[in-house]
Amino acid sequence: MIKGMRGLSFKEDLIFEKSREGAKGYSLPKLDVPKADPAKTIDKKFLREGKIGLPEVSEVDVIRHFTKISLWNYAVDYGLYPLGSCTMKYNPKINEITSSLPGFADAHPYQPYSISQGALELMYNLEKALMEITGFSRVSLHPAAGAHGELVGMMLIRRYLEDQGNPRKKVLIPDSAHGTNPASAAICGYEAVELKSNSEGMLSLSDLEAALDKDVAALMLTNPNTLGVFEKNIKKICEMVHKVGGQVYMDGANMNALMGIMKPGKSGVDVLHLNLHKTFSTPHGGGGPGSGPVAVAKHLAPYIPKPVIEKNDKGEFYLDYNPEKSIGRVRSFNSNFAILVRAYTYILSCGSDGLKESTEHAVANANYIRKKLSKYYDLPYETSTLHEIIFSDKIQEKFGVTTKDIAKRLLDLGYHPPTIYFPLIVHGALMIEPTESESKQELDGFIEAMIQIAQEAEKEPEKCTEAPHNTVVGRLDEVTAARTPILKWEPEKE
Amino acid sequence: MKYLPNSGKEFDEILKEIGVGSVDELFKVIPEELRLTKPLDLPEGKSEVEVLDILRNLSDKTAGVSKYSSFLGAGAYNHYVPTTVGSLISRAEFYTAYTPYQPEVSQGTLLAMFEYQTMMCHLTGMEIANASLYDGASATAEAVLMADRIQRKKNKIVMSEGIHPEYLETVKTYLWNLPIEIVTVPLQADGSTDMNALKNAADDSTAIIMAQSPNFFGVIENIEAIAGAAKEKKILFGQIITEVYSLGMLKAPGAFGVDIVVGEAQSMGNKLNYGGPYLGFIATTDDLKRQLPGRLIGMTKDNRDQRGFVITLSTREQHIRREKATSNICTNEALCATMAAIHMSTIGEAGVKEVAEHCHSKAVYAHQALEKTGKVKFPHSGPYFNEFVVDVGKNGKDIVEKLTEKKIIAGFPLIYYYPERENQILMAFTELNTKEQIDRLAAELGGAL
Amino acid sequence: MYPANYLFTDEHEWLDVDGLEGVCGITDFAAEQLGDIVFVELPEPGDTFSKGETFGTIESVKAVSDLYMPVDGEILAINEDLENSPELVNSSPHEDGWMIKIAIKDESQLEELMNSKTYEKFVEDQKE
Repeated sequence: MIKGMRGLSFKEDLIFEKSREGAKGYSLPKLDVPKADPAKTIDKKFLREGKIGLPEVSEVDVIRHFTKISLWNYAVDYGLYPLGSCTMKYNPKINEITSSLPGFADAHPYQPYSISQGALELMYNLEKALMEITGFSRVSLHPAAGAHGELVGMMLIRRYLEDQGNPRKKVLIPDSAHGTNPASAAICGYEAVELKSNSEGMLSLSDLEAALDKDVAALMLTNPNTLGVFEKNIKKICEMVHKVGGQVYMDGANMNALMGIMKPGKSGVDVLHLNLHKTFSTPHGGGGPGSGPVAVAKHLAPYIPKPVIEKNDKGEFYLDYNPEKSIGRVRSFNSNFAILVRAYTYILSCGSDGLKESTEHAVANANYIRKKLSKYYDLPYETSTLHEIIFSDKIQEKFGVTTKDIAKRLLDLGYHPPTIYFPLIVHGALMIEPTESESKQELDGFIEAMIQIAQEAEKEPEKCTEAPHNTVVGRLDEVTAARTPILKWEPEKE
Repeated sequence: MKYLPNSGKEFDEILKEIGVGSVDELFKVIPEELRLTKPLDLPEGKSEVEVLDILRNLSDKTAGVSKYSSFLGAGAYNHYVPTTVGSLISRAEFYTAYTPYQPEVSQGTLLAMFEYQTMMCHLTGMEIANASLYDGASATAEAVLMADRIQRKKNKIVMSEGIHPEYLETVKTYLWNLPIEIVTVPLQADGSTDMNALKNAADDSTAIIMAQSPNFFGVIENIEAIAGAAKEKKILFGQIITEVYSLGMLKAPGAFGVDIVVGEAQSMGNKLNYGGPYLGFIATTDDLKRQLPGRLIGMTKDNRDQRGFVITLSTREQHIRREKATSNICTNEALCATMAAIHMSTIGEAGVKEVAEHCHSKAVYAHQALEKTGKVKFPHSGPYFNEFVVDVGKNGKDIVEKLTEKKIIAGFPLIYYYPERENQILMAFTELNTKEQIDRLAAELGGAL
Repeated sequence: MYPANYLFTDEHEWLDVDGLEGVCGITDFAAEQLGDIVFVELPEPGDTFSKGETFGTIESVKAVSDLYMPVDGEILAINEDLENSPELVNSSPHEDGWMIKIAIKDESQLEELMNSKTYEKFVEDQKE
């Protein structure tokens, strides 16, 4: 059944527009020490005068405002969220309970180790679990997100190569890669060189051969890549890169296709980042926070960011602030710890059997959609795929309906659209990743919606081109937003 | 507990429909030599009851600051978070949503971000604030990279030694691979940045001067003087703030002509979480907006002439500009920013000022109480907001550990980063520290020395 | 459709030559491909670039393109109107949407550019 949007859609002002002088939504304990006059110790010219400009509202106002606007969001808890390469799987509720346990939520990162053993043990255990899942020798839990992990990975490679005598100049990146790959390479002082994908949607060995020379520091490879295709030559690819003295970085955004099936660390790859907010069920939070641990082969292990977690002879955990070869710090404190708690909870819940089954269900669900929709949508690459499928709008475009229209029409029918216009190598790409969290029933509903849109595109294209009709706002004017940006609220001038 | 809605029967139907006999066939695209032949060496899946038990156990082995009298700050502060924050943020519409790339079904996140941006502008006195960065340290690195883009031909960064040591280290790591020189400027006796040294260090090749205020040692810097020195030499000035509640009492950086304000906004509605996730922020002037890293939310209209919000100026970002992007950041700290927006709405105009007043008053009271013990010294005489350094005359780490046994976390022993400050402890005070706690700190510390 | 007296590059810039000076912009075809232009970043007068070098960038909502110098030269003036009205590139690509005025360093390079007929054919080929 297609579950089109129904129900209440509230109108709501900005919190600033609800502000009324003197309204208060908080209470503090009475000040139990003498009130200090800041002017006694701080030069008056450094003290704030007048209003800050924050809202003045009651607690009820705050609750109603944010509750109402929350209803303008689609969410995983509403239904299928098939964003390709984003792995929008269900976020188990137990994760939210465990991450807010007082020992974790109220722990200060600098409190003595003697009263931090549980948190440190959790980090230690999570590192070990991720090592086992990925097949690497060491994991750093520092990176705050996937792109941060990529950056750290490239920094590790650069520092390692420097120690070998030459950091080199170039990083090879397939044209199907995420934009974060070239951006991360650039911050590391590398020139990004693009490699074209072949007709199977894989990296071409002959093109790779031609691009490889002594200036190549690394190849950044996503596997399975953003077309959902497993780079079957991965071992050979790693050998080729290693032969010229380069390193292989694997973008692990698509690790949900591999858990319990294969270990990237055993395929010749030197460094990998994970997205705990994709593969390990931690929530996306409307764009973060995430966590992007980096797993490395033995030769890169001495370089991981500091501080590193260690266990002493007495079985006590501590952070080593000065490992000799570390690249240094990449953030404050030690990690996005509350995200680690969630991921660790997930790994314990699923266990070795559950992780593998998750991958199996994710891949089966993707292939089911592929099978059911390939009659209606163009499949630009015939190659078998794992956890995601890429269609294009080639068939619908003939009727004047593009990928954007298909996406917007899906909103009317009650589903979040897939990732669109990515990867860049597919014109009008629709990249669908259902994850293991969807039942056959839910998938059938989505498939039915997609088929309806394909039919509408042919017969009533305006239903698509004018969509969405049922959402709280219609298509937004992004051109004006970019030409004359309004990036903060200001009262309307009279 | 597995989170797999398909029963065995449905799963079989799916496989049948795909046309495979077993699920293993779907993985044949992976060469056989790479496929695992035995299960991962991890325990089997556990029930909710068992998992909760394990995690509760680990939590119990870690002490939350609520069970202690904690005077730890040093970049992460224990503030009151109103119950509205926890209640609203547990709405799945906020925490289980993706990055708002489809604005028609993401107006909740987009509006919350827009409100957050506006609040950060007001707090900092700047014209533009982005929708968040990872944390204060990486945000500082982003500010330096931003300055380097703006001042293309200049390749020197001048940084005060009053900056959080982990921020300084992070900047060094980020810049390691780039042709940018970092010069640090020492502090003078009162604990503020040495202005003469700063003026000497900053020259025509300097892209930006970075200083933190209140600085890592709690001392309020002379922002007016630093901004003036920077302006004179046409150098950008970036101010770092790790305790944003200070802005409830101190004049906004924008009033002094600061170009970039960057730092950590954890204090606004985010728990301590043993170090993260926190809330990196960056704010700047309208002129520099196109060099800002990270996401920006803008206000516009829809095709029905209704107000709406979208991600805008996204050509700066990695998914479009790739290697030429202003940053590689994609996922940010949106939920932490939403928490900050709810926090700042609830606490509001009056509350932010009142909390700041409490923090300052407690610190002043503590300063007097500690002084009365006659056993400690205060190495820095500069003005402070809610944090200051105490010299206890003995190894600070030992003293902190000793007091921990008395359920007091006295502060951050500076020996971790500054061997020469062996006997010094950095102490922070917030509205959550009661008079009784402070009196006990003074008494126990006095007793231990 | 393309002004007969203009010269064109294969990166879709046009150059209107007047003696040793030239005015440069992007063609209607390029503007159309980019969609609604939201921002044009231009160099400062006095900057010099060689042929093929990037002298600026042009942005639509979801794309950025580099602008390439048609010949070696020094920037004499830039179209200041584009700062507040980038849409001129869409509405009048060959006139009001001009971008830079340059002092041409090496006249012989002009011979390497296409005339309007050749360019028109070049665009037709690109469309296929």
